[in-house]
Amino acid sequence: MLELRNVTKIVGGVEHIRDVSLTLAHGSLNVLLGPTLSGKTSLMRLMAGLDAPNSGTVWFDGKNVTGVPVQRRNIAMVYQQFINYPAMTVYENIASPLRVAGASADKIDRDVKRAAGILKLMPYLQRTPLSLSGGQQQRTALARAIVKNAGLVLLDEPLANLDYKLREELREELPRIFAESGTIFVYATTEPHEALLLGGNTATLSEGRVTQFGPTIEVFRHPNDLITARTFADPPLNTIVLRKTGASFQLDGGVNLPVPAEIAGIADASYTIGFQPHHLSLSRPDPSAVPVKAKVSVTEITGSESFVHLDFADVRWVMLEHSVLSFEPDQQIEVFIDPRHIMVFDASGRSASPREKLAA
Amino acid sequence: MARIDCNHIRHAYGPHPQSPKDYALKEVQHTFENGGAYALLGPSGCGKTTLLNIISGLLHPSHGELLFDGRDVTELSTQERNIAQVFQFPVIYDTMTVYDNLAFPLRNRGVPEADVDRRVRETLEMTGLADMAKRRARGLTADQKQKISLGRGLVRHDVNAVLFDEPLTVIDPHMKWVLRSQLKQLHKRFGYTMVYVTHDQTEALTFAEHVVVMYEGEVVQIGTPAELFERPKHTFVGYFIGSPGMNLMPVSVDGRNAKLGSHTIELPDAPNLGEAGAVELGIRPEYVRLGAVGMPATIRKVEDIGRHKVVRASLEGREIAAILGEDETIPAEPRIAFDPQGINLYANSWRIEMGG
Repeated sequence: MLELRNVTKIVGGVEHIRDVSLTLAHGSLNVLLGPTLSGKTSLMRLMAGLDAPNSGTVWFDGKNVTGVPVQRRNIAMVYQQFINYPAMTVYENIASPLRVAGASADKIDRDVKRAAGILKLMPYLQRTPLSLSGGQQQRTALARAIVKNAGLVLLDEPLANLDYKLREELREELPRIFAESGTIFVYATTEPHEALLLGGNTATLSEGRVTQFGPTIEVFRHPNDLITARTFADPPLNTIVLRKTGASFQLDGGVNLPVPAEIAGIADASYTIGFQPHHLSLSRPDPSAVPVKAKVSVTEITGSESFVHLDFADVRWVMLEHSVLSFEPDQQIEVFIDPRHIMVFDASGRSASPREKLAA
Repeated sequence: MARIDCNHIRHAYGPHPQSPKDYALKEVQHTFENGGAYALLGPSGCGKTTLLNIISGLLHPSHGELLFDGRDVTELSTQERNIAQVFQFPVIYDTMTVYDNLAFPLRNRGVPEADVDRRVRETLEMTGLADMAKRRARGLTADQKQKISLGRGLVRHDVNAVLFDEPLTVIDPHMKWVLRSQLKQLHKRFGYTMVYVTHDQTEALTFAEHVVVMYEGEVVQIGTPAELFERPKHTFVGYFIGSPGMNLMPVSVDGRNAKLGSHTIELPDAPNLGEAGAVELGIRPEYVRLGAVGMPATIRKVEDIGRHKVVRASLEGREIAAILGEDETIPAEPRIAFDPQGINLYANSWRIEMGG
C-alpha cells in the first residue's frame, strides 16, 4: 500500500503540490487526471522519492519512506519519451533489471518471454529498439517495467507520443497487464477519455490539489464539485447558471428544467447546471427531456461520432451524437437536455447531489 | 489559391527502387480542388508526410509531376511554389511581438505597410490573438505560439495553398477543440486550398471535406467522413476509422445470404462476387445489436467509458465488439444481430459492390 499523508511540495515559493492525501492499494490502477501543470508529474516524483516533500509523509507497506531516494526503493518508471538502451536488443533491454538484480539465466529467460508475450514483442526480441515503431519501443519500455517486479510502477503519459490506433490497442491491454501483477500502478494523463478507457481509480488534479479520488466511472458520473467535473470533461463540460424557483430551474424563453427528485429540497438560489455532451441529444431520450433551440457553430467528427458545438443564449455547448452528422453553420436546431443526468453545483461550486445518496 | 494535380507521383527514398515495396509512396493520381479542405490521414509510415513534402517542394518525387493550376511546378523550389506551411512545432521569432511575427511574411515580400497592417489585424482577429498583438512571442503558451504559426500561414492571401503537418500535436486536449473549430471556420470564410496531414481521425474528419486515407504508401480511399464510416472501401479504413474499428469475420456467400459458422445472415443485397476468393463480412460495433434475437454470444468484457459501453463478446469463437448506450443493459442470454445497413463485404481486403 502506498500512502501519501498531507504532502506538500513547494518549488521556488510556488506550491506545486498542496496538501495531498492518497491511499493506493496493491494490484490497483490509479489514474492521475489533470491538465498540463496541474501537478501530475510533481506528485509522481514525490511518490517515487525523486523529490522529498516540504511537509507531509510518504508510506509504503507501513514503512515511512519519506525522503528515501528512488535508488533505494523498488520502483519502475515509464515516460512519454521512449527510453530504451539503443545498443541492446529488445531481449536485453527487457532483461536489464533482472541482470542488475543478479537473477539466474533461467529466470531471466522465463520472465523476459512472459513480459514479451503479454506485450506482443516476441517477434522482435532480437531487434534493436531504434529499428522498431514507436509503439513497439514503448512496449519494450513497459515490458522492462513489468519484469522489474517493482512494488510501484509510475507511467507518465506513456501513450502520448503514439498513433491513436496503437494507443487504443495498448489501452485495452494495459488494464489486463495491471490486473495480472500485484503492483501499484499510477498512470498520469491529460485526457479524460483515456482515464475512462483505463478504468481503475482516478484522482483528479487541479492546481496541485487532488480534488477527488475514487473509482474512475464514479468520479466521472458523480463529481463532488465543479472543478472535478470540468477536469473530467473533454470536450469541455456543458454548463449554464440558472435560478431555481420551487420545483424547476428557469431556462431562457420560459423553458423550465425540472429539479431532480433526489435534490428537491435544495434552497431557491442560483446554481451552475452541468451536463455531459451525450446528455444533449437530437431526439428525445426520455419523456422528461427538455427541448431547447440552439444554433450550430461547428461539427466535429471522430469517425463514428459527431460533436456538435452549439450556441444557446450566451453559452457554448457541445452535443455528442453516435452518428456522422452534417449541419450548415448557424443552422437553428432543436436539442434535448436529459434532466435525469444533470449535475447541480451551488454558488461555491460544491455538488448539490450528495454522492452517498446517488451511490445508494 | 490553386488547384493541385498529382500526376502519377511515386517516391522511393532509396537509390534504385525495383519492386513496389521499395516505394514509400506508390502511384498517387489525385486532384486537390481549388479552395478544398483535404486531410491526409494514416498511421506513421503510410506516406502522408512524403506526399505533403512533395507538394511543398521539400522533396522531389522519383516519378511523376505536380501541377498548380495546370502549370508544372515539379522542378520549382518551395519558395517559388508560393505556399504557406504550418508545422508540428511552432516556427516563430521569439524576440518579435505577435504583430511583427504575423507581419514578417508580408514585409519579407515587400507588401506596402498599409496593406501589412490591414491583413495582420484581420489575421489577429480571426486567430483570436488581437489582445496580445503587442506582446513578445517569448513567454506565450504552446498553443498561443502555435496560433501565431497558424496566423503566419494564413496572413498571405496570394499563396497557392496552406499545408499543415500535424499542427495540433503539442496542444493540450482542451485547446485542440478550440483550434480545430477555428481552422474549420477560417476555411469556410476564406476558401483557402488546405492540405492537412494527421494520424488523428478526429482532426482529419473534422477539418476536411475530403479525407484521403493512406496505408502503406497507397491511397486506399478518398471520401467524406460519412462515406469512410458507412462504406469503408478497404478493411484498413474500417479498422483505422472508428473506435473500436470495424469487426471482420470470414463468411461464405450464397446469393443474398452469408454464412457465419452455423448461422445465416441476410445481406442487404446480393454481392457481385466475380472471381472473389475468400470473403469477409465487415460490421462496425455501432451496427452490432445485442438483444434477445440473433446469434448466441458470450460476453467477455464490458468497458463502461461513460458516454457508452464497449462490449467485447465472443461469437462463433471470434471476438466481436459492440457499442451499447449508457442506459442500455445486457440481456441474460445475449444474442447478436447485425443491422443490415452496416454490413459490408470484402475480398482481398477490398470492398465488394452489392446489388446490380
